[in-house]
Amino acid sequence: MLRKARSVFWLAMFPVFLLLSGALSPAWADEKADRRYQVNMEPGVTEIGADIFSLHMLIFWICVVIGIVVFGVMFYSIYAHRKSRGVTPATFHESTKVEIAWTVVPFLILLGMAVPATSTLIDVYDTEDAEIDILVTGYQWKWKYEYLSDEGENVSFFSNLKTAQEEIYNEDDKGQFYLLDVDEPMVIPVDTKVRFLVTAYDVIHSMWVPELAVKKDAIPGFINETWTRATETGVYRGQCAELCGKDHGFMPVVVNVVERDEYDQWLAEKQAQAAEIAALMEQTFSMDELVTRGKDVYDRACLACHGANGEGGVGKAIAGSAIAMGPLGGHMDIVINGSRNNAAMQAFGGQLNDVDMAAVLTFQRNAFGNNMGDLIQPIDVYNYKQGQ
Amino acid sequence: MGDHHHGPAKGLSRWLFATNHKDIGTMYLWFSFAMFLVGGAFAMIIRAELFQPGMQLIRPEFFNQMTTMHGLIMVFGAIMPAFVGLANWMIPMMIGAPDMALPRMNNWSFWILPPAFLLLLATMFMEGGGPAFGWTFYAPLSTTYAPPSVTFFIFGVHILGLSSIMGSINIVATVMNLRAPGMTYMKMPLFVWTWFITAYLLIAVMPVLAGAVTMMLMDIHFGTSFFSAAGGGDPVLFQHVFWFFGHPEVYIIILPAFGVVSQIIPAFARKPLFGYDSMVYATASIAFLSFIVWAHHMYTVGMPIAGELFFMYATMLIAVPTGVKVFNWITTMWRGAMTFETPMLFCIGFVVLFTIGGFTGLMLSIAPSDFQYHDSYFVVAHFHYVMVAGAVFSMTAAVYYWLPKWCGKMYNETMGKTHFWISFIGFNVTFFPQHFVGLAGMPRRIPDYALQFADFNMISSIGAFIYGASQILFLYNVIATIVGGKPISDEKVWDGAEGLEWTVPTPAPFHTFSTPPQVR
Repeated sequence: MLRKARSVFWLAMFPVFLLLSGALSPAWADEKADRRYQVNMEPGVTEIGADIFSLHMLIFWICVVIGIVVFGVMFYSIYAHRKSRGVTPATFHESTKVEIAWTVVPFLILLGMAVPATSTLIDVYDTEDAEIDILVTGYQWKWKYEYLSDEGENVSFFSNLKTAQEEIYNEDDKGQFYLLDVDEPMVIPVDTKVRFLVTAYDVIHSMWVPELAVKKDAIPGFINETWTRATETGVYRGQCAELCGKDHGFMPVVVNVVERDEYDQWLAEKQAQAAEIAALMEQTFSMDELVTRGKDVYDRACLACHGANGEGGVGKAIAGSAIAMGPLGGHMDIVINGSRNNAAMQAFGGQLNDVDMAAVLTFQRNAFGNNMGDLIQPIDVYNYKQGQ
Repeated sequence: MGDHHHGPAKGLSRWLFATNHKDIGTMYLWFSFAMFLVGGAFAMIIRAELFQPGMQLIRPEFFNQMTTMHGLIMVFGAIMPAFVGLANWMIPMMIGAPDMALPRMNNWSFWILPPAFLLLLATMFMEGGGPAFGWTFYAPLSTTYAPPSVTFFIFGVHILGLSSIMGSINIVATVMNLRAPGMTYMKMPLFVWTWFITAYLLIAVMPVLAGAVTMMLMDIHFGTSFFSAAGGGDPVLFQHVFWFFGHPEVYIIILPAFGVVSQIIPAFARKPLFGYDSMVYATASIAFLSFIVWAHHMYTVGMPIAGELFFMYATMLIAVPTGVKVFNWITTMWRGAMTFETPMLFCIGFVVLFTIGGFTGLMLSIAPSDFQYHDSYFVVAHFHYVMVAGAVFSMTAAVYYWLPKWCGKMYNETMGKTHFWISFIGFNVTFFPQHFVGLAGMPRRIPDYALQFADFNMISSIGAFIYGASQILFLYNVIATIVGGKPISDEKVWDGAEGLEWTVPTPAPFHTFSTPPQVR
């Protein structure tokens, strides 16, 4: 009987070994994925992260010890108390003392776990005295970071996935930071308490950067608080953690932690850029300038739904579209205010500045065979918004 | 109609107008297995897409439909009806009742299930696709941003809720009124006890789910703003209502599994269940605690710290009664005289893997650590250890254990054991590596992932294909048994089995206990 069971076991194991041996040498295996066999959480680069990590390991080892005892008893019993060894079964079926013991002892162990858990949780919730406040807004499917400052202009920008569609659809080699790379990361200074005010524009998202020990849901209409203090410079990568629709897997959070003076310099540059955009608003552009800029904006903001050649996809086709080739007012309305019939078509009025909005409208009306010849200037967008 | 009481009707009407608890139980079991295969096929599609990084087979929007439908079908279509089927077959036979208390309602609660699932599956062919917002359907992704088919989904959930509530009322009525003389509450088999408590949980929380989907319906079609901040509502309200249903729901799934294991382990240890009374009290405590822990699914939504602490402590407490159960099962084995037929193997597999799932559950209950685990693959691994290795393994054990009694034929033991080992290995190869990728930072419900997760995902997919294939073997074994298994006639199929169901002839006749037995 036992021999039979054993041969059944190895028979069942055979395909597993066969497949596992194949699996351990996949074709893309190279140095690109530097953390390939990571099996555990990392303490990361914050004190809270280190606390969470040691809490995690504490509970883990308690579970391991309990597991060894419980499974040890069970497997000993399976070995020793089997009918084939000719044992006669005992008849006992209760013992008040033992039952009280294994109710009380686990309870005491739990008390021991609750103490460090509570103190860590209190630290996580202490969002006071942050030096920098960043408003993080989740959009389908990108993040917007707005640096709230007492002096100077607020700096605000969107952070989009940089990984090319060709990489995702296997037409091109996957880069080192496949799916974890953005066009513009958040930048924060090292050794500084940064508070994140987290919210969302459309559906619920969740901001997660494991190494910064930050995870907070971004909820439309409400603002959550969380914070971090990175102790080491570097680029830390995370992802949206709450299912938010089609491209939930394609909206990474990338945080670049830099030295304080580097941060100050970066912030000053961003503030200058914001001022520059304000100046551009007053300019008039040529068709070429608008179309070139518009193509960049299109690739960033429209392509995911409307396709690289305006052929459509999740969204409607732009090429030959009745809207893009119809009256300018209707076209501006749907891009600025979104679609009233289809929530997937967002309102881009708050996402794109007026220069980019003018450029992308011009691009859509003159690309993909939509040769309308229209030229939309930033001032037109501004006037349209004012007139609403 | 003179011979109505002597045997089943002929042809289709036997099933369509069935009022016999055994026939209805059989239909529930076959239906749930069919749904298990459908939900399993969706899981195979998910794992095939996740076999390698990059999008190969399907598009992200379809991937989301697959994860959503996989969850809905497995929870509401496979596991719950399977245990209801088992309850139909076994509860009357275990308490010495001639049938369920409300046979016509029993018929109705089964027959509204297939249309509900047809409706649910049909949404995938509608414009905009089927539900793609996860089986937890968080608003506003499931309201303002949902495909139009969400209305059909809501209707489907309403019907499922009706079915569950009627089934539960029936079980409560049966257990309270139809016990044989001498069968006091504290003599009832553990399976009956766990289902009795489960039925109350269902009656309590199914209306809450119905309320949640009705509020969605109102938000979508009638201009209300329960879940929209723009109109004064709150998206987090949805999560509170959903998980007030959802947490008891996971115990609804696991409590009958506890009952099954508590029947089978004593039979193969040839020794009475250790700590019967404490098993009953532990089940009741788990049921009570299930109502006050729901927000541990929501540690990251931004609750005040007092709420966070309350839910953390309450959740940790669940480890106590659950621990009692595991200790009792192991003490039942202790100094028994064990044999390891297929049902026992699945029960031992259950104890080991469910305990591992319990350990990760304890880890997840710790709120600060949960900030790192939440919505990662660590959670996926955790709940598959308790749902698959918990509910599905125990259900499989139950089928092997009682199938000979049902059809009077013995299944092929070697094939059964092979099924166990392939399942056990396939399951662990699938889900154990998911702990690793989760801790390393892979979020759940993503159709594509960063390169560092590639190896473990491929291993996981291979395991899933093995586990999936093993179910075909199970199906074959069951059909082969029914069609051409070795006939048996012993009333007691297993020499260590105890209980009224083993006192009736084998195979169990169409009507049993027309006159109630006397229980000493």
